[in-house]
Amino acid sequence: MSTNSVDNNRRRFLTTTASVVGGAGAVATSIPFISTLSPSAKTKAIGAPVEVEIGELQAGELKIAQWQGKPVWILRRSESALNTIRELDSEVADPASEREQQPEYAKNEFRSVKPEYLIVLGLCTHLGCSPTYVSRENGGSHNLDSSWKGGFFCPCHGSRFDLAGRVYKGVPAPTNLVVPPHMYLSETKVLIGDDSGVLS
Amino acid sequence: MIKYILALRDWIDARFPLIEEWNKHAGQYYAPKNFNFWYYFGVLSMVVLVIQIVTGIWLTMNYKPSADLAFASVEYIMRDVEWGWWIRYMHSTGASAFFIVVYLHMYRAMLYGSYKRPRELIWLIGMLIYFTLMGEAFFGYLLPWGQMSYWGAQVIISLFGALPIIGDDLSLWIRGDFVVSDVTLNRFFALHVIALPLVLCGLVVAHILALHEVGSNNPDGVEIKEHKDENGIPLDGIPFHPYYTVKDTVGVVIFLILFAAVVFFWPEMNGYFIEHANFVPADPLKTPEHIAPVWYFTPFYAILRAVPSQLGGVIAMGLATVLFCFLPWLDRSKVKSIRYRGMNYKLALTAFTISFIGLGWLGMQAPTPLFTWMARGFSFVYFMFFLLMPLYTSIDNDKPVPDRVRF
Amino acid sequence: MRIYILITALLLTPGWLLAAEGEMPYEFSPDLSDQSALQRGARTFVNYCLTCHSASYMRYNRMGQDIGIPDSVLLENFMFGTDKVGDTMQIAMTPSSAEQYFGISTPDLSVIARARGPEWLYNYLMTFYLDSSRPFGVNNLVFKDVAMPHVLWELQGWQKAVYVEEAGEDGLPVRSIDHLELMEEPAGKPAAYQNESYEQTVSDLVNFMVYLGEPIKLKRGSFGVWVILYLMFLLVIVYFLKKEYWKDIHE
Repeated sequence: MSTNSVDNNRRRFLTTTASVVGGAGAVATSIPFISTLSPSAKTKAIGAPVEVEIGELQAGELKIAQWQGKPVWILRRSESALNTIRELDSEVADPASEREQQPEYAKNEFRSVKPEYLIVLGLCTHLGCSPTYVSRENGGSHNLDSSWKGGFFCPCHGSRFDLAGRVYKGVPAPTNLVVPPHMYLSETKVLIGDDSGVLS
Repeated sequence: MIKYILALRDWIDARFPLIEEWNKHAGQYYAPKNFNFWYYFGVLSMVVLVIQIVTGIWLTMNYKPSADLAFASVEYIMRDVEWGWWIRYMHSTGASAFFIVVYLHMYRAMLYGSYKRPRELIWLIGMLIYFTLMGEAFFGYLLPWGQMSYWGAQVIISLFGALPIIGDDLSLWIRGDFVVSDVTLNRFFALHVIALPLVLCGLVVAHILALHEVGSNNPDGVEIKEHKDENGIPLDGIPFHPYYTVKDTVGVVIFLILFAAVVFFWPEMNGYFIEHANFVPADPLKTPEHIAPVWYFTPFYAILRAVPSQLGGVIAMGLATVLFCFLPWLDRSKVKSIRYRGMNYKLALTAFTISFIGLGWLGMQAPTPLFTWMARGFSFVYFMFFLLMPLYTSIDNDKPVPDRVRF
Repeated sequence: MRIYILITALLLTPGWLLAAEGEMPYEFSPDLSDQSALQRGARTFVNYCLTCHSASYMRYNRMGQDIGIPDSVLLENFMFGTDKVGDTMQIAMTPSSAEQYFGISTPDLSVIARARGPEWLYNYLMTFYLDSSRPFGVNNLVFKDVAMPHVLWELQGWQKAVYVEEAGEDGLPVRSIDHLELMEEPAGKPAAYQNESYEQTVSDLVNFMVYLGEPIKLKRGSFGVWVILYLMFLLVIVYFLKKEYWKDIHE
């Protein structure tokens, strides 16, 4: 075992090459293992767009549909409800929906395609609890004061949203409720989760 | 940068025997320099163990251990889960690969007398690993809940029913039901994914610790520790790292090429690695026409069928696996390696090898009168290899063993 | 080495499982390389098989992506029970009504090609013959007394068995089927009769069912080529690395 003829450069070069090529293989092997954890074909199929009938919805009534497993609220708003939204511009954090919480077609005064129907994801933008719909009359039962004009109240950390899903100032939730992509298939039928054709 | 890494190493070393353990098991572990082809299968067993544990963890993320959902969840992994097919095929191929490398690893010990003094305990721990592995494979095979899974488990559990007095209660207790059912599947899942892997890992550590205590055998069966230089280093020993780490890497890469070839091109291996009948969901009312265990159990299955009594068959089969444990004491020869053994052992080992493979093949065939008689012949040779060993090894005309390893 | 060669020889002998049950007059080996054949097979499958048999592990859109059928075509020509392309191939027939019609519940066909083997399926679909003793008037060479009617009869026409008599062990004549013969009479030739291409239809169908049994089969080989090429490259490097270090020992 003499060491006088050892070519250290060659040895170092081969060790480095083997480590780099072997390491690249290890990294490549980890990619399938990581992608295994992403949603499967079944999950995607279950999360496909859903059609919701809204014909029989009364003013002030809330319908909860499910899309991608998440609650989607469809609220029919009366003329007076729409008026309260106008009055609250100064009390909400983002009155003109400047932040990207809705598709382009819902970036308007009432955050909806048709003023009559509010369609938002029923998940609080704070930490993902599902808020409760509290009408103006029921405000007292949730310890909301008499100025409550109807909207959504999150029981987890007390965030409040108005009837357009806009977040009030001074509550934990940072942004307005999310409007999912959707489009009307007819007067009484709406497709949640797909808006292809609407944007163009 | 290197300065900080060295500082971190020293910080850890002051609190944990890092360098000491590294030297003990790699940097200054002196292995004989004449290892040959047969000495790759130890490290390959560890590679397969890692593959099985990692792919197994990933499979449990989508597998459902319930009689109603198990079969469908495997197909879900094969189709709907991204890369699920790859992980599943690695696991199913890994099961067979495990037995291939472990059988060759054990055969190496029989060729070069690695079970002999002072390595008896390494051999016994190795046998425990082998038994645990058999259990692991058996429990795991029920999980896809196909026809072969179901009826294979039914048959093997019924073997315990052959035991006198306690038999029926014992097999009922193992199943937890009157037939193999959802209950059985659930408990086999628990044993397969938690209990036995833990045991297996512990035994593997013990196996290696025991090996590094006494040092490795080699193809010449010469104790290299008997000839040391002035520093106490065996003259025929070389540090495991870097010499055997680089050599084993070559073996591991060759193994991975073969492994990948199976996974990507022949995952069913013509029905030997994944049996065709296992693509029919388990049906407790209908047995498939031919029942055969997976190839790695077939030698013992052939012995079971060769014995014309139920209890006798079960005992013979159990004995066929347990007899290996007694090799260190059955073998009376003073010579370890087959290179310096006499004709007796060479002939006996050849006959045993042919019998083992012959039984393995017969265990896959439907029994005919001819095959049954062949299985009886092979079984006889199989048992005589062990039972007559004290006799033929003590009168063998062994050759003189050299002082130092040939290299 | 000896053990190695023996193991290799063992693995190369064909599995005994496929040889079971009845002899097979036709040879068939699957070929998944022709995409249009798979599409034709898919069409036959959804039109004829998917009425009574489900393929409940297969999603329509996965099939469409794999064998090149766009979603719009799927919706129009391949999907009859559902309008969601992400759905699996289910059927309206319940297991209990299947038992009423056929006496047994109809098996799911998702992995049938892996259980039975492609050659068996091909022979099964080719060898229905008239047998008045059976409930649906047909029997099958490779699946004796099968409960299924000859669903593809209008494509193949009817076959009848030609028998031979041989002296059995006890001297009494034993009657057995020699081969099947396509009937020439008008009754044997339905309107959609197309026997010249029937073998092609069945071949396409079985190829499709092989794909159906393991959708990734279309792709895994090409992944394998890259993985093995990479490992070969790595082997060269680690081989020279080993050689370099072992110079110390060989001196």
